[in-house]
Amino acid sequence: MSVFSAIDDDREIDQEEFTPGIEPQATWCPGCGDFGVLKALKQAMPDVGRTPDETLLVTGIGCSGKLSSYFESYGFHSIHGRSLPVARAAKLANPGLEVIAAGGDGDGYGIGGNHFMHTARENHDITYIVFNNEIFGLTKGQTSPTSPKGHKSKTQPHGSAKDPVRPLSLSLTSGSSYVARTAAVNPNQAREILAEAIEHDGFAHIDFLTQCPTWNKDAKEYVPYVDVQDSEDYDFDVTDRREAADMMFEAESKLHEGEVLTGRFYVDGDRPSYGAEKRAVGEMPEEPLAERYFDEDAEWERSADLLHHHR
Amino acid sequence: MTDRELMWRIAGGSGDGIDSTSQNFAKALMRAGLCVFTHRHYPSRIRGGHTYVEVRADDAPVRSRGNGFNFLLALGDSFARNPQADHDTIYGNEEVKPLAENLDELNEGGIIVYDEGLLDEETLAAAGVDLEARAEENDWHVYPLDLRGLAREHGREVMRNTAGVGATAALLDMDLDHIESLMEDAMSGEILEANLEILETAYESVKADYEFTHDWRAPTGDHDEQQVLMSGSNAIAYGAMDEGCRFISGYPMTPWTDVFTIMSQHLPAVGGVSEQVEDEIAAAALALGASHAGVKAMSGSSGGGFALMSEPLGLAEMTETPLVLVEAMRAGPSTGMPTKPEQSDLEHVLYTSQGDSTRVVFAPANIRESYEQTRTAFQVAYNYQIPVVVVYDQKIQGELRNVDEAFFDREPNPDLGATLTEDEIAEAAHHSSGKFQRFRHDPENGVSPRSIPGQQGGRFLATGNEHSPEGHISESPTNRVAQVNRRLGKLDTIRSELDERDHSHQTTHGPADAEYGIMTWGSQQGTVFEAVDRLREAGHSVKALGVSDLMPYPEAEVTEFVESVEECLVVEMNATAQFRGLTQKELGRFGPRLASLLKYNGEPFEPREVVEGFETSIDGESTLPHESMKFVPAAGD
Repeated sequence: MSVFSAIDDDREIDQEEFTPGIEPQATWCPGCGDFGVLKALKQAMPDVGRTPDETLLVTGIGCSGKLSSYFESYGFHSIHGRSLPVARAAKLANPGLEVIAAGGDGDGYGIGGNHFMHTARENHDITYIVFNNEIFGLTKGQTSPTSPKGHKSKTQPHGSAKDPVRPLSLSLTSGSSYVARTAAVNPNQAREILAEAIEHDGFAHIDFLTQCPTWNKDAKEYVPYVDVQDSEDYDFDVTDRREAADMMFEAESKLHEGEVLTGRFYVDGDRPSYGAEKRAVGEMPEEPLAERYFDEDAEWERSADLLHHHR
Repeated sequence: MTDRELMWRIAGGSGDGIDSTSQNFAKALMRAGLCVFTHRHYPSRIRGGHTYVEVRADDAPVRSRGNGFNFLLALGDSFARNPQADHDTIYGNEEVKPLAENLDELNEGGIIVYDEGLLDEETLAAAGVDLEARAEENDWHVYPLDLRGLAREHGREVMRNTAGVGATAALLDMDLDHIESLMEDAMSGEILEANLEILETAYESVKADYEFTHDWRAPTGDHDEQQVLMSGSNAIAYGAMDEGCRFISGYPMTPWTDVFTIMSQHLPAVGGVSEQVEDEIAAAALALGASHAGVKAMSGSSGGGFALMSEPLGLAEMTETPLVLVEAMRAGPSTGMPTKPEQSDLEHVLYTSQGDSTRVVFAPANIRESYEQTRTAFQVAYNYQIPVVVVYDQKIQGELRNVDEAFFDREPNPDLGATLTEDEIAEAAHHSSGKFQRFRHDPENGVSPRSIPGQQGGRFLATGNEHSPEGHISESPTNRVAQVNRRLGKLDTIRSELDERDHSHQTTHGPADAEYGIMTWGSQQGTVFEAVDRLREAGHSVKALGVSDLMPYPEAEVTEFVESVEECLVVEMNATAQFRGLTQKELGRFGPRLASLLKYNGEPFEPREVVEGFETSIDGESTLPHESMKFVPAAGD
């Protein structure tokens, strides 16, 4: 039996395999958008032919972080904002793994903002789902980095004086090679985009709009939702950075004005992933690092081989 | 130590090649059969300022910096000259510093070579240095040489270091063979020729033109073992690689950067990966991610960067992910003194992060222990699924010592520790639903073997929340107690495993029946041991214990030591007696027997300071010869 035989497992997969057998019912509130992410992800996995054993889902903290509890795969429920560095290294260690990272808007665009920028810049081959409900939910309703200007909460009772983060534009300028936005209320689009993002060879960022029925009821009222790929009003080339940037700017401006634009905003299928770049410059071996330890024939150099510099 | 020992100090400005010159000189002495030890002092700036390196060499083993030094090669600070203005315009009196700032520690009867080409009498006088008077008072032998002019004449001005080494060799009657062969190893072509010419010219002209007023000669030695010159950073990096570490992630911070750069240079060649990342939180989190995915991984930093790592460190404890972190201490708090050693991060590495600490902490005392304990750190981390911190300081990081080459000639260890194969996963404990019990309550030694993502049937959730045997978040009181007990219980098992090893990292020095004890930890061990030798020569009944395992604490060995003496002086480089505090906490009833000798001015102890501190402690007086030190009597006094 091989060491990581799950990675070569190419049988038919049923989405129910991604439902854990034993953990408690999800603790998300009734009507929470997070259910939509979970459902879409379970549906997308069979579409891309990935099994639970070859998938590593790394999450942050908060309601979104609980995704790894309700999704059956190898899971790493890390800490607030740190899902990306954990995910990056796991992918470098074993490129055969399907590595998906997920977190909320506070997690991804606030406390983990620095990691987001750098992971995008390096174009790691991982999929990153940000549950964007424009609010801190589990800590009970504080203003988040994506809350609109003027948003009132217990911590900003006079209304936030800050402009919200622009996640799509930030993602593009940071270097993501795939940027999309979808929403829990668009299950079919969400499933398609997730499958596409997982198959994308590079950093795929999905700003996933989720509603918070408890703390951010306004978010449910985002109407209408317009798919930029389906609408004749929004004709642009998703592979052109400049056009993508304009489109993102428009989408981000309209978000709080009564029109939510979703779909693919930028796709660069040509840029090599970070792992490939690292191999190309000789900074990483061809074979997965993790396999070495199980390979009885592997040769292990000793420091004694380096001592001639010290004589 | 013998009375023939050489304590050579080369001083100049940062960026003047002081480091490389001293390294080569130390290597030449090693090749000549001597034991060597270097001590490095440098400011936190790229070029200019005052920097020095001491090379101590003797035919007897040397294990610390010496008491002062006996040969000063003062090269001036070439970066003190303003390149925008007249070439000879200097900034303030910086150029004088390499001479002026080193005179206080130069021993009586010492030799001074200074670069007359950079420092003339007028410049010295303007800076308030009356060299003649001080030389007479201290019986110093002063040789002003135009090293700069000589270098210019035969090559380039920057080669004045080479001229200084040539002059040193002539004054001490040393052979040039080893120095020349090292130059041949390191350079070629015109540069080599010019350097060789400068070396030989300086050597010949000093021999021919100067009347020597001193009669002191360099020691000779006959080490026949194959020797290598290594720094603590080399030893840690090589220890990690020999133990199968193939992933390192970090962010530059002095003095940790040294280990990071050495690993970055060598890892790709041996099939590993180095990642320089955006910050230290990411650095430790990456190491965690790589380890989770089945690679032996390491990260590290110095005080301020390690502070950022406290989050991932706690996560490693809770998820039981093997992880090795190194912490290279420098003077704190905050950014403190970036290039100065201190041992004041002890409590930080022991207790940082939330909750009860379930980690192991090692503090190597020298180059050999740096190598060995780094290897042990990986074994403990991967066998017990626990984070291990290797804490050392800027002193060990930069010091060079000769070690038998055979010491490093050991088998590499690719064993991933408590990790299952797919066949073993199939046979391992599963929940009735079929779920793999990654964190089962009742494994042998408290260690529940793990699976690696990608293995068939080994799925589990690793979480920083308290969790059930399958890894699901659980706040059940019964589960909580079982998990805490299991995680904490590993420390007892680790302690007994460390005790059973062939050699302990608690090292004693001196006669077993001595009346007094001196105890220390980490980098000050060599100095304390040398101080004990000096004290015993002076008639004192004293022995020493160097402690290198900090958590779990070697309670039995320390208890035995403290119990066997009248009173014990604890020597450490910090202002709040952190190691004494730890010892008191661990040993309880012996607390009143411990007194402290502390130093926290950014300089490691010299042996004579420990000697004086010990004498102060047994006299029961709290006056010390140096204001840079502090004596805290035992509570029982």
